[in-house]
Amino acid sequence: MDCQWACPAHTPVPEYIRLIAQKRYTDAYMVNWQSNVFPGILGRTCDRPCEPACRRGRTEEEPVAICRLKRVTADNKGDMTLVLPTADASNGKRIACIGAGPASLTVARDLSLLGYEVVVYDSGKKGGGMMLSQIPSFRLPESVIDEEVGFILKQGVVTHFNSEITSMKSMLDKNYDAVFVGTGAPRGRGLEIPGRAEASANIHTGIEWLANVTFEHVDSIGKRVIVLGGGNTAMDCCRTARRLGGEDVKVVVRSGFDEMKASPWEKDDALMEDIPILNYHVPKSCILDGGKLVGLQFELVKAEYDKSGRRSLVPTGEPDVTIECDDVLIAIGQENSFPWIEKDIGIEFNQWDMPVVDDVTLRSSHESVFFGGDSSFGPKNIISAVGQGHQAAISIDLYCQGQSLIERPAPGVNLTSQKMGVHEWSYDNGISHEERFAVPHADKTETLKNLTLEVELGFDEQLAFDEAKRCLNCDVQTVFTEALCYECDSCMDVCPTSCINFTENGKEKELRPRLIIPAENTEQPLLVSEALKTGRVMVKDEDLCLHCGLCAERCPTNAWDMQKFIYQEAQAGKTCAQ
Amino acid sequence: MSYIAKSKFHHPKLPVNDLGLTRRDYEGPLSTLCAGCGHDSISAAIIQACHEVSIEPHKVAKLSGIGCSSKTPTYYLDKSHGFNSVHGRMPSIATGANVANKDLLYIGMSGDGDTASIGLGQFSHVVRRKLNMVYIVANNGTYGLTKGQNSAMTDLGSKNKKGVENPFDAIDIASLALQLGATFVARSFSGDKDQLVPLLKAAMAHNGFALIDCLSPCVTFNNHVGSTKSYDYVRDHNETLNRTDFVPMKEEIVTHYEPGSSREVCLHDGSVLHLHKLDDEYDTSDRVAALHYLQRKQHEGKVLTGLLYVNTDTPDLHEITNTVDKPLNQLVEADLCPGNAALQSINESLR
Repeated sequence: MDCQWACPAHTPVPEYIRLIAQKRYTDAYMVNWQSNVFPGILGRTCDRPCEPACRRGRTEEEPVAICRLKRVTADNKGDMTLVLPTADASNGKRIACIGAGPASLTVARDLSLLGYEVVVYDSGKKGGGMMLSQIPSFRLPESVIDEEVGFILKQGVVTHFNSEITSMKSMLDKNYDAVFVGTGAPRGRGLEIPGRAEASANIHTGIEWLANVTFEHVDSIGKRVIVLGGGNTAMDCCRTARRLGGEDVKVVVRSGFDEMKASPWEKDDALMEDIPILNYHVPKSCILDGGKLVGLQFELVKAEYDKSGRRSLVPTGEPDVTIECDDVLIAIGQENSFPWIEKDIGIEFNQWDMPVVDDVTLRSSHESVFFGGDSSFGPKNIISAVGQGHQAAISIDLYCQGQSLIERPAPGVNLTSQKMGVHEWSYDNGISHEERFAVPHADKTETLKNLTLEVELGFDEQLAFDEAKRCLNCDVQTVFTEALCYECDSCMDVCPTSCINFTENGKEKELRPRLIIPAENTEQPLLVSEALKTGRVMVKDEDLCLHCGLCAERCPTNAWDMQKFIYQEAQAGKTCAQ
Repeated sequence: MSYIAKSKFHHPKLPVNDLGLTRRDYEGPLSTLCAGCGHDSISAAIIQACHEVSIEPHKVAKLSGIGCSSKTPTYYLDKSHGFNSVHGRMPSIATGANVANKDLLYIGMSGDGDTASIGLGQFSHVVRRKLNMVYIVANNGTYGLTKGQNSAMTDLGSKNKKGVENPFDAIDIASLALQLGATFVARSFSGDKDQLVPLLKAAMAHNGFALIDCLSPCVTFNNHVGSTKSYDYVRDHNETLNRTDFVPMKEEIVTHYEPGSSREVCLHDGSVLHLHKLDDEYDTSDRVAALHYLQRKQHEGKVLTGLLYVNTDTPDLHEITNTVDKPLNQLVEADLCPGNAALQSINESLR
């Protein structure tokens, strides 16, 4: 289950995809909600670490559209009041969460359900944090954020919006049982080039500018815009600029196109909105005319790699390039900033001015202060913040119950046979050969005119079904029982992807290259049986297994069985979320 | 049977042969035989052999009679010619087809019932006529398709599924083929592809009648304790006569063997068969001795497997009957009716 493992919150991906195919959208939503808290938000904005891990990417080119299937559960779910859990009776403990972004809200969700009184402080006017302020609403409508944040707040979470925390010391003085810091990485990295100060009226920091657009402090931009930076914020900046009057919007990056930090699909979306991306351009100076910014000068570079593979950008020697512009948006990274945490209250900071945080327990050097999300280890993404939020909630729960933080609760695991008849399984084992389906988009001429019109329309039910069918059910494991096998070779012969071998045993290094197809992906362990009657062993290379169950169907003795492996990541207060 | 089709996805590193085909290109649809049937392993061995020697699928004709064995050709080589004929009459069809078009490779798939009961007469004559074909007997010692009656090749004393011993002597098809003049006789086991695949390749390269008596357990009706055709019984009583390596003509021979332990047999098409003898006394070119040895091992209760006999010098049916080089189906009217001048010339030669 490479997808589930790759997800920082360990969402049971194949399980919810099967529920989508059965049109059980509410159930599918709840599988997500338990794990990743924000299915509707993440179904639009997740960095999708699951998709590169998807086995479908090995049997053909494109992984299952896991992320956009998640959105389908949110789009089609039923009445949530019937299924959302209610909070346990108060246990008398009070927890403060600073910031109302994904990490804090995850802590709030997990702990308020257990009866903790959770108090959330945020400088914004409502919950959502960077999901609200930095992600443009044509990608993530505000209503989606409001709904999913609302689910959590309705559990009895106390909120203090519009209240910026300026002193950690005074927060600690309020005698909460624990304090969780989820304040993100709120400061956009600056760029110091000649002329920057003089041109400051037309040079904006990306995330601040995006927040100003969200909160309607900014509603226009010049016709010619340069966006500096190659991450997802740069993509959001350029696309937002197109909607605020930018006609000639360019993204300019130092690195090569392929090394840009932005997700490939976000780059595609920018390109589709007629935004060129110029690579290997390093900004050198601002060009001013009468004190007004008229362009930027760039040095052209190329990538060179040393022996250890480290890249350096060296000038090509070609003449500098001038690009004319009216406005510049700088989106070259974000930084953490903790001016509000006093240095003498027991919270240690390291040489990079980051709090010293344990990467498992997420506890700082102060025993009742925990960090999570971008504020713990620097900017990452929403799903990582959620994963850390769950871990911080476990730690806070253990701490408040007076238990060791090191002894973490075990995940819930189970393995159950899917056999229903001679050749019938409780999962659909036929393999779809369809290529990945694209999510339909709204008409570009409309979306470019409207800042809040969502570009992606999402899969409709039929597309969702067809895409869901592409999932290879990697949680349904092939389980082999040596004692039942009489080596008829049927499983080996029928396996479409030549995973199964009957051969002499050997050390793994020697065994891998001599299988029917050499097992070259060493990240995928081999399944090696005990010795069989003839002295040989059964060796299965899991790498390209389609989980079609034909090995089990062609087995005369049921030596093969298809068994669903359920893995439920531990959450605060319980090992099994359901 | 399975309700789903086998996925067309295959491993991206699946080897391709000289024709650019993978082994998947030599498969057929998913088998409807019982799960674990030995016949499916024979199909897989045929697929592997044909892929490895790079046979063009359209240059193969697969023929069969009636029975589980004879359903099997559906499940391999789906791009080849096929004829599922009348019970026991596959040899006639094979003979007719071969006479008409000797350019194809003929693979006959039959069973112990189709060959040794209803088809014994036809079998005898096709062997006797030395038809150039590979004749595989998928030998499970039972009538599986009609629910497990004893066949003509069920061993004396072998128990059926209800525990009743077979009171009749069995026909040994390998001995019979030797007696009737087959020029390539082998016995193998569906559960031993390392042995079966090289034998199949050699049989396909052999010019003449090649029989492979292939023990192929019936998992549903003849795989119990007391049966002499079960996986366990065959494995326990298997006496391997020799191991074969098939080296196609185009490949350089690089392997070396201890003198006396191995023998090379050069086949009609220039490919070479290496025989690693496990019994030094045995000579695969001595038909009389082969018959004797086979009988002796049978008497000892052993299942003798390997290449029993091969003779590369005996002409096949086309050579014996002196047919023209060109396949008969390619002869056009001008070849068959050469005209008055040719007739006059023949008449003249007879005066």
